[in-house]
Amino acid sequence: MKYVDEFRNPEQAKKILKEIEILCTQIELAEDRPIQIMEVCGGHTHSIFRYGLNQLLPKKLDFVHGPGCPVCVLPRSVIDNCILIAQHDDVIFTTFGDAMRVPGSDKSLLDLKAEGADIRMVYSPLDALTIAKKNPKKRVVFFGLGFETTMPSTALSVMQAKKEGINNFYLFCNHITIIPTIKAVLDSPGMRIDGFLGPGHVSLIIGTQPYRFIADDYHKPLVAAGFEPLDILQSVWMILKQLKNGEAKIENQYARLVDDAGNTSALNPIAEVFELRDFFEWRGLGSINHSGVKINEKYGAFDAEVAFNLKEVTITDPDVCQCGEVLKGILKPWQCKVFGKECTPETPLGALMVSTEGACSAQYSYGQNIDLINKK
Amino acid sequence: MHKKYKNKNITMAHGSGGKASSDLIKDIFVNTFDNDYLSTMEDQARFNIPAGQIALTTDSYVVNPIFFKGGDIGKLAVTGTVNDLAMSGAKPLYLTCGLILEEGLPIETLDKIIQSMQKTAEEAGVKIVCGDTKVVEKGSADQIFINTAGVGVIDKGVEIHSYQAKIGDKIIVNGFIGDHGATIMQSRAELGISADIESDCQVLNHLVGKMLSVSNNIHSMRDATRGGVVTVLNEIAQDSKVCICIAENSVPVRVPTRGVCEILGLDPLYLANEGTLVCVIQSEDAEAVLAIMRQTKAGKDACIIGEVVEGPEGVVSLNTLFGGTKIIDKLVGDQLPRIC
Repeated sequence: MKYVDEFRNPEQAKKILKEIEILCTQIELAEDRPIQIMEVCGGHTHSIFRYGLNQLLPKKLDFVHGPGCPVCVLPRSVIDNCILIAQHDDVIFTTFGDAMRVPGSDKSLLDLKAEGADIRMVYSPLDALTIAKKNPKKRVVFFGLGFETTMPSTALSVMQAKKEGINNFYLFCNHITIIPTIKAVLDSPGMRIDGFLGPGHVSLIIGTQPYRFIADDYHKPLVAAGFEPLDILQSVWMILKQLKNGEAKIENQYARLVDDAGNTSALNPIAEVFELRDFFEWRGLGSINHSGVKINEKYGAFDAEVAFNLKEVTITDPDVCQCGEVLKGILKPWQCKVFGKECTPETPLGALMVSTEGACSAQYSYGQNIDLINKK
Repeated sequence: MHKKYKNKNITMAHGSGGKASSDLIKDIFVNTFDNDYLSTMEDQARFNIPAGQIALTTDSYVVNPIFFKGGDIGKLAVTGTVNDLAMSGAKPLYLTCGLILEEGLPIETLDKIIQSMQKTAEEAGVKIVCGDTKVVEKGSADQIFINTAGVGVIDKGVEIHSYQAKIGDKIIVNGFIGDHGATIMQSRAELGISADIESDCQVLNHLVGKMLSVSNNIHSMRDATRGGVVTVLNEIAQDSKVCICIAENSVPVRVPTRGVCEILGLDPLYLANEGTLVCVIQSEDAEAVLAIMRQTKAGKDACIIGEVVEGPEGVVSLNTLFGGTKIIDKLVGDQLPRIC
C-alpha cells in the first residue's frame, strides 16, 4: 500500500536499529538505569506494541507510555455525566468507538446502550450533526474528547451547527490539551524521563513551538514523531543523538505533515469555539490546571453542560491504582500492585487498562508470555 | 414472486398460523426451496442418512445491513451453517430454516432473501427441508433474523478435532482475510467510508472435500467467522495445548481491506470472515493440499501463514514484519474504531 509500506520497510529498520544500539552504548546516565523515552501519545504506544518495536530495541532503552491516550485519562465522573445525558428519552448520544467501553462509577456507555439507550458510534462529529438534522425532534449530543488532534473537527461542527441554525445539537466537551500535561509529568517528583517522542498528530495542529519550554527549562529533548514504525525508530535515533551530544532540542521528524508553526486553519476554529477550563481532572494524574477546554459563551447554546445542567463531580480512582506512577515512568505496568489481578482488560480498575492504547492494556494483551516465546 | 405480494409488507397475520401464513409458506418458501421433503407440508422432514457419523449444527443470523456487497443475510444463513458442518469434514445434506420477521418487512425483500438462500443451497448441494416463521411487532426485531440448523455425514476415518494440532503442523488459510468484516464495517453508513471490497461469503464444503481427497492428516479446522483468524487460532492452541506462531508478512490481506483497517484502527486478523477456513495440517501433506486448494475458486489464494511450534501452551504469537514478536490473544469485546 502506497505511502504506508515505505514506512514499514524491515531492511531500513535493521539499519536504524543497529545505529540505535551503538548510540545506546555511548550514552552515560548519572544513575544506573535504562534510558527512558516517553512516548506521549497513545497512538505511538499502539504502534510500538503492534510492530513489536519494544522487542527489537536494546535492553538499555525503555519506553515509558505517556498520558496521551485520551480515552484512558477520562475520569469516571465524565462517564457518569455521559450516562446522565444519554438516559434522557429524547437524546441520541454519539461518540467515538473506543469511548464506549470506558467504565464509569457504575457502568459504561456500552452497558447503557444494552439497556436500551440510543447511543451511536460515529467516526466524526460531523456525522453527529447529520444525525441531528435527520432527527429534529431528538436532542443529539456529541461527546467530544481527545487532544488538539480532534478539537478542530469538533469546533467546526459546532460552528456549522450555529451557521445552519441547528438547535438540537449539543457538545459535551471533554477535550484536553497536551502542553500542561507534559509539564505536569515533568514537574512530578521522581520523574525519570530522558526524552520525549512528541505526539505527531497533536503537533500537526499546534506545531512544535509550544514544546520549547521542554528543551529550554527542563533540558530534555523532544522529537515530534510520525506513527509508522520507521518514523518511531528514526525519532528514537534523533533523541539518542541529542542525549549522546548532551543536547536538548525540539526537533521535527514528522516534517512531511507537521509545520513547525502549526496549522492555522485548524487553530482558528479552536480559538473561535473553545476557552481554557481552570482545571481538568485526569484519571491517574489528578487535577491539572488549564489542561482542558470548554465551549465559550458565544457558542454557549450548544453546550451540553448547560443544557443538561451537569454538575462537576470529582470521583477519585480507587486507592490501589498506581496509574500515576506508571504514567510518570516510575513503575512499569506489571509492577503495579493490581496489574493482571484485580485490574484486567475485562475489569479495568485504572485508566491505563481501559483502552487498547493504554500502557497496561497493551502490556497485558501483547506482553505476557513474550519472554517465554523469545527464549525458545 | 406472486404479484399479489407486490408492494405488500409482512403483517402479524403472516405469523398467525391462519390462511395468510399458509399462503406465504406455499407461495414463497415451498415454491422456492422446491423439494419433496418440504412439499409434503408435514410438521417434520423425514429422510434417510447414509452410513457414517452424523454432524449437527445450528446458527442464528442477525446481520445489519441485511444486504451487503458480496452477499445478504440469506446467503450467510446457508454458508455459515454449511461451513460449520464442513469444518468437521462432514458432507452437508439438509438444512432447516427458522425465520423471525419484523412486522412491516416488505415481502419482496423476504422473497429476495429466500431466493438467495436457495441459490446458495444449490451451490452447496444441500436441501432446505423444513422451516418455521414467526412475526414479531415492529421494533421487536431488526427486519429479519434467520436460524438454520444443518445435518451432514462424516465419512469413516475422517477425524478433524480442535485438540489435534501438533508441533510441526502447518497453518493454512484459503485466501484473503478480513473482507467480510471490512465490508460490513464500511457499509454502515454512519462511518462514511467507501472502499472496493466485497464479503468473502461462500460455501466451503466442496473445497474441504477436495482437501480430504488428498490428505488424511488434517488435524484441526475451523471457519474464521466472528473474532477472525486470531480467535480460531487461539481456540485451537488452547484445545490442543500447543503454541502457534504466524508470520505477519504471509497473512494475505487485500489492499482495500488494509485501507479500511488503517483508517479505522482495526486489525484484519480480528475481522470476521464468512468463507475463510483455518486448517492445521501435518507438514508433509501441506503442499499437496495447497496445490489442490488452489485449483478451486474458494481456495485459489490459499497459503501457509504459520506453524505449530514449541512454546507456552495455549498461546498464539505473531512475528511482525519487523522481526518483532507479539502475543495475539482473543479480544475482550468487539473491535471498536479508535479516536485518532
